[in-house]
Amino acid sequence: MSQMLTATQSGTLESNDIMITLAPNFKGSGIKLELESVVLAQYGEVLRQVILDTVTSQGVTDVLIKAVDRGALDCTVRARVLVALERAGVKIRSLAEKTSN
Amino acid sequence: MDLRRTMLFMPGNNPGMLQNGGVLGADSVILDLEDAVSPQEKDAARFLVSQALRFVDYRGSERVVRINSLDTFAAQDIEAIVPCQPDALMVPKVQCAEEIHEVEQLIAKTEFPGQRPVKIIALIETPRGIAECYPIARASKRLVALAFGAEDYTATLGAERTKEGLEIVTARSLLVNAAAAAAIQSIDTPFTDVNDFEGLARDTAFAKQIGFKGKLTINPRQIDVIHERFNPRQDEIVWAQQVIAAIEQAKIQGSGVIALNGKMIDAPIVSRAERTIQLARRVGLLTEGREQ
Repeated sequence: MSQMLTATQSGTLESNDIMITLAPNFKGSGIKLELESVVLAQYGEVLRQVILDTVTSQGVTDVLIKAVDRGALDCTVRARVLVALERAGVKIRSLAEKTSN
Repeated sequence: MDLRRTMLFMPGNNPGMLQNGGVLGADSVILDLEDAVSPQEKDAARFLVSQALRFVDYRGSERVVRINSLDTFAAQDIEAIVPCQPDALMVPKVQCAEEIHEVEQLIAKTEFPGQRPVKIIALIETPRGIAECYPIARASKRLVALAFGAEDYTATLGAERTKEGLEIVTARSLLVNAAAAAAIQSIDTPFTDVNDFEGLARDTAFAKQIGFKGKLTINPRQIDVIHERFNPRQDEIVWAQQVIAAIEQAKIQGSGVIALNGKMIDAPIVSRAERTIQLARRVGLLTEGREQ
């Protein structure tokens, strides 16, 4: 299991982007996600799943996530979550690792 | 024939631009990790470009990533980007052949078995780089083109950069000659005034005239103008067809000496005509079997 060490941020509030803020959570408290999106009604569930899948794929289990989406594609969401995790001290597995789109 | 009439730069940390790169019609898109990305966002751009390479459809455009220079983040860029299978890496500020050797080794270390070899394009942006063009051009089998960056070049030279470009004529000619001698392509410096289309047309026509095969492009609105100038003109296509027809006729007649409109046709002329026909076909100005 990878452990997050610090609170971090990535992305922007520009169109087609998403801003991700991460903070460590108590051990055993799980992943808590707060999501805002301009397309929440249409794609909220998909977005939520992409964020959670990306976090769990890196072995992180206890984290607070705030995501403010401005219409980002899945690949942008993954990139922004991964860089936030790396900035928080998580060692990221290969970037070329296959994940579904 | 790899077509690189336009190589369009896109900032590597801008999701909106990266995701639309495939619909702009450039022959190559350059996903930029270098000058377009601030130092504190290099990591973010690396993740974003990696994801874009794997999930964005760039249609027919060649996918090139401009990495950072060897004395900064090149090794990290190569390690992250190469497994995502770009077509080529553009290496900035190349000054000698050894730098290409170093990049080549880093790529080879990172490529996975069976991966299509990643090509290299060397960006020459300094007087020393210009002086070393030919050894650089011959430094690796992966190297497919030399590209010229005039802004950094003139800054180092201490010359004023002008639209007319007299200050870069020598550098352009040396680079084109070195690339041709090594049988690789030469790509011209960008035209930086994105609102001056007449100036762009003139600059591109001159680049084509002295032998460049394409031009670095900094705005999608420049693409059509550049393509138009690098495409063969109708009179060039007609001339090339006449040359090929004269060659065929001479073969039938068993004639050793071939002439067209009173001018002798020799090997370089045939070669130029063939290149023109090939390019015209490639850009859709001619189709096999129904040539106008």
